[in-house]
Amino acid sequence: MKYARTILAVFLFLLFLFALIGERPFSAHFAYYYDILINIGINIILAVSLNLVNGYTGQFSLGHAGFMAVGAYAAGSWADHLSPGLINFIAGPNGVLTFVLKPFPILQPLGLPTVLADNAALVVATLFGGLLAAVAGLAVGIPSLRLRGDYLAIVTLGFGEIIRTLILNIDFLGAARGMSVSGTYTNIFWTFGFAAIAIYIVLGLVNSTYGRGFLTVRDDEVAAEAMGINTTKYKVIAFVVGAFFAGTAGSLFAHYTGYLTPEGFNFFKSVDVVVMVILGGMGSTVGVILAAVLLTILPELLRALAHTDFVPAFQRGLEGVIKIHLPPLQGLLENRLILYSLLLILLMLTRPQGLFGDLAGSRRRVASSASK
Amino acid sequence: MAQVILFLQQLLNGLSLGSIYALIALGYTMVYGVLRFINFAHGDVYMLGAYAGFAITNLIYQICPLDQFNAISRHTFVPIFACTAIVMLGAMIFCAILGVLIERIAYRPLRDRPRLTVLITAIGVSLFLQNMTQFFVGAQPQAFKQLIPVRAIEGLGDLTVLSTQAAIIISTIVLMVFLRLIVMKTKIGLAMRALSVNPTACSLMGVNNGLVISFTFALGSALAAAAGILVAMDSPSVTPLMGNVPGIKAFVAAVLGGIGNINGAVVGGLVIGVLETLVEGYGFPQLRDAIAFGVLIVILLYKPTGLFGRVEREKV
Amino acid sequence: MKVDRCTIRFGGLTAVSNLNMAIGNHELVGLIGPNGAGKTTVFNMITGVYQPTEGDIFLNGERLNGLKPFHITAKGIARTFQNIRLFVSLTVFDNVRAAFNLHLKHGPVHALTRGGKFKQEEAEIAAQAMDLLKIFNLDRFRDVMCKSLPYGDQRRLEIVRALATKPRLLLLDEPAAGMNPTEKGALMTLIEFIQEKFDISVLLVEHDMRVVMGICKRIYVLDYGITIAEGPPDEIRRDPKVIQAYLGE
Repeated sequence: MKYARTILAVFLFLLFLFALIGERPFSAHFAYYYDILINIGINIILAVSLNLVNGYTGQFSLGHAGFMAVGAYAAGSWADHLSPGLINFIAGPNGVLTFVLKPFPILQPLGLPTVLADNAALVVATLFGGLLAAVAGLAVGIPSLRLRGDYLAIVTLGFGEIIRTLILNIDFLGAARGMSVSGTYTNIFWTFGFAAIAIYIVLGLVNSTYGRGFLTVRDDEVAAEAMGINTTKYKVIAFVVGAFFAGTAGSLFAHYTGYLTPEGFNFFKSVDVVVMVILGGMGSTVGVILAAVLLTILPELLRALAHTDFVPAFQRGLEGVIKIHLPPLQGLLENRLILYSLLLILLMLTRPQGLFGDLAGSRRRVASSASK
Repeated sequence: MAQVILFLQQLLNGLSLGSIYALIALGYTMVYGVLRFINFAHGDVYMLGAYAGFAITNLIYQICPLDQFNAISRHTFVPIFACTAIVMLGAMIFCAILGVLIERIAYRPLRDRPRLTVLITAIGVSLFLQNMTQFFVGAQPQAFKQLIPVRAIEGLGDLTVLSTQAAIIISTIVLMVFLRLIVMKTKIGLAMRALSVNPTACSLMGVNNGLVISFTFALGSALAAAAGILVAMDSPSVTPLMGNVPGIKAFVAAVLGGIGNINGAVVGGLVIGVLETLVEGYGFPQLRDAIAFGVLIVILLYKPTGLFGRVEREKV
Repeated sequence: MKVDRCTIRFGGLTAVSNLNMAIGNHELVGLIGPNGAGKTTVFNMITGVYQPTEGDIFLNGERLNGLKPFHITAKGIARTFQNIRLFVSLTVFDNVRAAFNLHLKHGPVHALTRGGKFKQEEAEIAAQAMDLLKIFNLDRFRDVMCKSLPYGDQRRLEIVRALATKPRLLLLDEPAAGMNPTEKGALMTLIEFIQEKFDISVLLVEHDMRVVMGICKRIYVLDYGITIAEGPPDEIRRDPKVIQAYLGE
């Protein structure tokens, strides 16, 4: 990827133009598709970040939703409580950016000061959410380091649930009622912007001699240590970077939907992301991006199918044959989890490496000892 | 004195709760013992056991509506006991078959694959079972009809022991005894124990590994079903997601006792049950569910092999 | 490198008992013994995978007890494994390059900014890796997945990988296993060659007596964890205890 940085720059510039000119009308007229696009972006960030941990470093984490929650709630509460001063400084009536852009009256019709403030608030909140999530990643990663395979999975699941339970019990964060986020600033530019950054960082990290260290941790920790690779350091870095981006995704999510509940970040959400990583192939960034797109669109397609006449007709036919009355089959199509669970089982039985993953990792028999 | 009574009461409640966890934990530990794999779907077998019991109970009510009985006496004992036994045995058989089916279809083909692959499959199976059940019976809790009239047992002074709690504890003890008999005194029990130590040697000695593994699944699933029935007697509603929380708590119990160790699973279950009850009883009900996770993290950090577990060294 | 009165016990089993070993600069030393004698355990102790229950291990006077394996490798001890442990999802080239991580001067940040220093170091590493591969005649397999290599080549790749960490002491665990006599001969020459060229000491565990007697200047013999003999090949060959350990009474 020799021109990665150039491609990144061009992409961001085009995105910027779109955001400036086309986004508002697009989101107004094509709200449904806009919604899907934003969700694709968020899911890409989640999948790519989890892929670093699960795929490249081989640490099977089932708690990604917990980090997303930390980021979401942190960013959400930041918007209300913490940021006004900073935002004012950057983009307020007397702010730095406003001052710099004053001489360009041509930018006025874009509603500049507010737009700047909104964007600045979003970026600051998102970085804050990511940072806090990274700290959480550190807190979760370090104790989990000594664990392998099954145990690591369960512990990360446990941590995810603990985070969720904590939020459930903190009144300041809305507890079970949920928390509203004032300021739905998320736009396509930042969503895909952060996605691009996440992709660049993950790919850039991994495709270097330094980054190959992650892969060695996945392949054979004992051999890696024997070759002088500090496996602990790599695992922690993977966790922290993964958590950071999960946090940014959480913040973008928070500033999009405007309302957060702990239920939205439970184990099933973690499974959502895990399915993307597995389908894409653990260790292939391209694969998981594709999987994220697919798995964001697929439920929508199935929902559309559920509303056609085809399904009831099919159901009537089926019931006629087997003579048993079934619940409405549309429910099957709209239930993401049934699909995902079948997908998981089928994938593992037939193509465990997913779409683009390598087979090398999936033919070894690995003894799962609890710790070193 | 009142404090002591209070404590004893909590202890009793905890033992009753812990017995349930113990029954479920046994399934986790036995399967891990022979396959070195955490059967994520085990909690949902427990759930399906409860639903099977629900169905059978409804059938029995056609013949003999048990809610006509208000107390356990000489006259009512036989029908209550008989019906309850039928429900429990029925559910246990159903789950035993279900467990074997799951093993054959989803886990056996992945015998030679990395443990991670099977774990992911298990997650898939678990989600599938939960959501298919939800699809067919709806997400609303269903009321489990009365099997045993819920009464406090007389003559214990200030201690309140419900008939259902007594049933739970007695049933658990009976099932444990049976389990111990099977594992210690039968050939297949011996095979199970041998398999958990060295599968290759076992098959070389002429043991049909596949059969023993299926039997282990059947046994664990049956125990989980029993747990499901016992719970449903006590808190009479069943939902498709009821296997999640007890499932993970029972798993923690199994790890606490040393995963792979049958005695450990029982001890672990009781400990977790008592801890939970104490925490709730002494003023922190919101932490109740977090206890299990806390215990898990503490064990895995400080003593991953659990109380009775074996250290398994990776050969370098 | 000095091993001083090391004993290691696993539960009730004493795997290695009161081992005393010294390896100086530029030495080629052998470690032999019947199967199960504890030879790989000795390797694991020296490289920090296991901690000795008693005794100390020194490298250039520095105590190694308690250090994690990657630390010990950083101090200059590298090894190969009895069962090949290559990085299966990496190519031949990447397997070697991964071992250069130890001496990397740039960090993750540079990997992202991809400045001049990063590119230069990557180029250097690539060149050094290719040089190493050329010595072992593996450079033509550069971009092949290491798992596809024939067994003997995989074993040699492990040695290349270990050499990439720039060790002072190289521990080879049965490098000749599964090779035919011609390959073994080539391996013997290769080991002597790298010892000269890279100025390292080698501790060799082997079952093939021709290989051990052929290139080792000194040999330790282990049986049931106890050192039963030590000395130059000729002495060992004739030592009655050694013969008894291998062939029985």
